[in-house]
Amino acid sequence: MSATTVDAAGVPTREQVVRRHKAKKAALIAALVVCAAFPAAPIVWMLSSSFKTNGEIFAYPPRLVTSNFSFDAYVAILTDPEKLRFFFNSYLIAGAVTVLTLAVAVLAAYAFSRFEFPGKRLINVVVISVQAVPPITLLIPYFGLVVALGLYNTYPGLILTYMVFTLPYAIIMMTGYFNTLPRELDEAVKVDGGRPITALFRVLLPISVPGMVSVGVYTFMIAWNEYLFALTLTRTNDMRTVPIGIQLLMGQHAYEWNQMMAMSVLGSIPVLVLFLFFQRYFIGGMSAGAVKA
Amino acid sequence: MTTTLTPPEARAGKGAEPPAASTRRRDLLRRLGPFGFLSPTLVLLIILMVTPIVMVIGYSLMDRVITAPESNFVGFENYGEVLTDPVFMVAVRNTVFFAGASVIAHFVIGMGFALMLNSPMLGHRTKAIFRTVYILPWLFTIAIVAVLWRMLLSPNGIVNYLTETFGLSSGTVEWLSDPSLALPAVTFINIWSGYPFFMVSLLAGLQGISKDLYEAALIDRAGPVKQFFHVTIPQLKPIIISMALLDFIWTTQQFALIWMTTGGGPINRTEMLSTYTYKLAFATYDFSVASAAAVIVLVLSMILAYLYVRHQKARD
Repeated sequence: MSATTVDAAGVPTREQVVRRHKAKKAALIAALVVCAAFPAAPIVWMLSSSFKTNGEIFAYPPRLVTSNFSFDAYVAILTDPEKLRFFFNSYLIAGAVTVLTLAVAVLAAYAFSRFEFPGKRLINVVVISVQAVPPITLLIPYFGLVVALGLYNTYPGLILTYMVFTLPYAIIMMTGYFNTLPRELDEAVKVDGGRPITALFRVLLPISVPGMVSVGVYTFMIAWNEYLFALTLTRTNDMRTVPIGIQLLMGQHAYEWNQMMAMSVLGSIPVLVLFLFFQRYFIGGMSAGAVKA
Repeated sequence: MTTTLTPPEARAGKGAEPPAASTRRRDLLRRLGPFGFLSPTLVLLIILMVTPIVMVIGYSLMDRVITAPESNFVGFENYGEVLTDPVFMVAVRNTVFFAGASVIAHFVIGMGFALMLNSPMLGHRTKAIFRTVYILPWLFTIAIVAVLWRMLLSPNGIVNYLTETFGLSSGTVEWLSDPSLALPAVTFINIWSGYPFFMVSLLAGLQGISKDLYEAALIDRAGPVKQFFHVTIPQLKPIIISMALLDFIWTTQQFALIWMTTGGGPINRTEMLSTYTYKLAFATYDFSVASAAAVIVLVLSMILAYLYVRHQKARD
């Protein structure tokens, strides 16, 4: 629509263009706000319910904030040693899995990124395919193995088995990160007679902090969320993690919905905090799986 | 800078050794070096992957494993039992519906939101805020998602209140225990919790499409719809196929959501391959038949994984 082919009346003035652009932008923001109800409304309701008394949860008509607004449900969770233990277990296990996964993955990623060796392609394909092995298939032999090794209902049993989920991602993401760093950096160390491990620890790792943060955050989240193995490979309540703890609350004879919601809020805080602080790395990690695996 | 980083002992060793032996040792080290770095990974893969898969295949060919002290080789008997079980077929159908519908909805919703968030009209801050809100469901543990939706979908819950207020339903609907509604209901929950994963990847993909392509389309007088189908979709196709395959693989493996909302019920209406196998093993303690089911699930997943790996390779 060039000005020469349209008569004078049809040519939009600068003011009209600006107004039309503003109207479009307002419509887009309105659409974004309306659609935001889809992800956000259930979460707002979770938060609101955690501040109600149990009787008010299903009150008719429902209200977002009730007159009895209180922190009682949170107090009930945070003063119960059994429930605090769920949180302690989850932090301990997810923390240990993150540290161990990073340590193992950094070494493997270094080999994949910097060396050619026989069987490299095969090992690479195995690492990628491991991600697709169904947890339910592994669960039955794991149950047998963990019982046989005396690891049933222990922290090491869960930490070790969780690494089957976290390690493949971590290796793939970390290899991708190392591949972005110029080879000249570690070659220089080797030319000077340094061993490869020197190049890794003195040169590559100090500049790989963003990559490790990304892998670490992702690993922590996978371990924090795990459900199936935690359900099956532990037995006593003192070994249960948060996801199982929430289910245990649900199994009690009277449903304490407000406490279940309070525990859900508390159980979501670690991942939400990690996300807010490391959003950039998180999104990089999420899309790394698809954009470049 | 690099010279100062070299440890002194490495430099000393270089001069001290006779050149021939040093070269040979170096050569050996160079070849074995990578395996040194890989050894923890290889050990873990053998313990956590190779051994269990060999074990589960072994279990599936024997009877009374784990529960009885002695078991006998029975060939493919356990497989016959699984494949002729009508509940297994129901589980296959449910899993395909659950995963198929989830992937399609994840794509449609994820694409819609990604397109809105990618608009150049939005400021940097506005975009970041909305993106965070739209990612939220993905940040909640699936166990928490399950409990939350049990509350929302309960007969006296907020969903029934809203559908009744807007005249969409009458009376209390038992979303998760009505045989005709349970499967769509759990699928809906899974759609809610999983679309952000698709959305984020599509958003990254959209940002990678060259502006020139859209300018060329504009010169050809292509409208927004034409641009979407002739530029956006073809450009994102590799990402869409990868994501769809990954999402399908993971959704077929979903366990926690089903287990904590319906447990596979009512009357097997939401039974999935994962819950079916789990019940065989840990509710009826028939580990042999459960292992056969687990191996069938593994084979199906590996076929999908093969398609995924082949597609990834074609892209490189």
